[in-house]
Amino acid sequence: MKSLIKILAIAVVFVAVSCKKDSAPNYQFMPNMYESVGYETYSENNMFENGMEARQPVAGTIPRGVIPFDIENTTEGYALAKETLKSPIDSTQVDLEKGKALYDIYCGICHGNKGNGQGKLVKREKILGIPSYDDAGRAINEGSIYHTIYYGKNAMGSYANQLSENERWQVVSYVLKLKADLEK
Amino acid sequence: MKKSYQSLEVNLTNNMKKVIHRRLSNTVLRLGLILLLAFTTSLSAQEGDPAKGKSLFNANCAACHKLDKKMTGPALRNVEARLAEEGLDRAWIYAWVRNSSAVIKSGDAYANKIYNEYGKAAMTAFPQLSDEDINNILAYTAFVADIGPDDKNPLPPVQPVKPGISNQIILGALAILFALLAIGLFLVNKTLRRFAEVNNDAAFLEAKEAASKKTSLWKAFLKNQFLMIVLAIFFLLSSAYFIYGYLSQIGVDQGYQPVQPIHFSHKIHAGDNSIDCKYCHSSARVSKTSGIPSLNVCMNCHKSIYEYNGETSAKYSKEFYDGEIQKLYKAVGWSDADQKYTGESKPVKWVRIHNLPDFAYFNHSQHVTVAGVACQKCHGPVEEMEVVYQHAPLTMGWCINCHRETNINIKDNAYYEKIHEELSKKYGDLSNIKAAQMGGLECGKCHY
Repeated sequence: MKSLIKILAIAVVFVAVSCKKDSAPNYQFMPNMYESVGYETYSENNMFENGMEARQPVAGTIPRGVIPFDIENTTEGYALAKETLKSPIDSTQVDLEKGKALYDIYCGICHGNKGNGQGKLVKREKILGIPSYDDAGRAINEGSIYHTIYYGKNAMGSYANQLSENERWQVVSYVLKLKADLEK
Repeated sequence: MKKSYQSLEVNLTNNMKKVIHRRLSNTVLRLGLILLLAFTTSLSAQEGDPAKGKSLFNANCAACHKLDKKMTGPALRNVEARLAEEGLDRAWIYAWVRNSSAVIKSGDAYANKIYNEYGKAAMTAFPQLSDEDINNILAYTAFVADIGPDDKNPLPPVQPVKPGISNQIILGALAILFALLAIGLFLVNKTLRRFAEVNNDAAFLEAKEAASKKTSLWKAFLKNQFLMIVLAIFFLLSSAYFIYGYLSQIGVDQGYQPVQPIHFSHKIHAGDNSIDCKYCHSSARVSKTSGIPSLNVCMNCHKSIYEYNGETSAKYSKEFYDGEIQKLYKAVGWSDADQKYTGESKPVKWVRIHNLPDFAYFNHSQHVTVAGVACQKCHGPVEEMEVVYQHAPLTMGWCINCHRETNINIKDNAYYEKIHEELSKKYGDLSNIKAAQMGGLECGKCHY
């Protein structure tokens, strides 16, 4: 009888240990050393609307090191950018390697790594109608490319939050190179 | 004509019943209209080649137009017939496609109406499309309508033969065989015993006696102090081993696989469509956190992709995935019918999986951008995960191990230029240098 109790006790311990569920986190030694006192990125905070700790910048403020983009997100703005907007980086600052790396991450998935509009998503017919960069009707130039990256165009979304200003211009340089290659 | 009459009849009954599903009755109405139009205008639309038109449509128009769904521009199914109702002929279409803004500037009433209706988004000019190309595209928009409604009886879905069945049968047969064998042996044993007892077999009696002596052997064992001490030490050591193992898994979340509010399949996005990890987790390149993408990043693609058309299984059906896309639209406040943001968004409460304790510092950009470590090294084969789980233990020993073993590619890496000189003085050849030798084991690097 005694041994039966012992066997039962061992079984209970084994069951308790093996009960660890994968959909719940494990317990911690000292939670107050594990969990941050300050608000962590993406944490929840009831002080704010929606409980989101992440906030938009206060209206009318400009973050340090950012130059506001004045051209508007309209058809007229697009035309204005196409006519007047020029790249602030000169040929010595253009880093095509970096431009290619960024292009392949953010643009190549639709526009194709050669810029011919044959990205993976197009080939799999998920997204259609991606134009080639040498499309005569669009006749893209540096100003229009930057405007499109900044605001998006038609079904394309804005990439302003994924790329910094310098990175955007590096991508513009690389797109111009792809366009030149396509027109050869 | 009989068919269209029938569909009209359907419309009538639908209207009479006042069906709440507006979408359904709309599509039925539209189908009826399309059928009617198809019979009246099929002659003029037959000129071009619909197959060529399809590839031209997909290459040039599909960015903004779908056949049956409003996108950036209007739906284009049977566009020519609809324009004919407005009194516009093919010459007008040629002019519009090649240079829509010129048509708008000329003061054309319908052109201005449509321009204002779609938020003054100018249609890209397509001067490179010839008359024949445009004819082909128009043929495609009309052609599908002709066969579309009649073609809605696809082959019945073939029930896939389950490959596991034959295996299960074999296993079941084996189990029955073994059970029979066991029963047989038991019966044989029983009969033999009975024979022995009946015959008063001497050998059998001896064996029985020996069995009764076993208890005395057990008592002898208990009295032997040396054996007892060895046994006690064995028990203590093994329990210490298990307790140590149990304590050291506390706070380790390896294999943690929570249910997320929106079922985002990394397998479909990063695997099937091979979207780069950094496309969505873009701040992993430049900051401490890898970044959960804001929903506008999802909408970069899901403005166009409103349904799932890939592989499905019983658990993850097309309806299931389509429902998840609808959850995204609801959270981001996108009205798919109007192709507009409603402005009513609500945050998605993603459940964090990889979470280092507060007393450990980890920086993504240092590992991703400077060291060029692949995401999979720590996060495992995410591109194969339908539901993401924690691949690595994320313990200190695991970090340290990698810092000890991984070679650093110090060449052509501007980040290491300064430290390169100092280290080459200290170690000479730097082709084999590890993170450990550059201070990757110092406590203060991660704990401060």
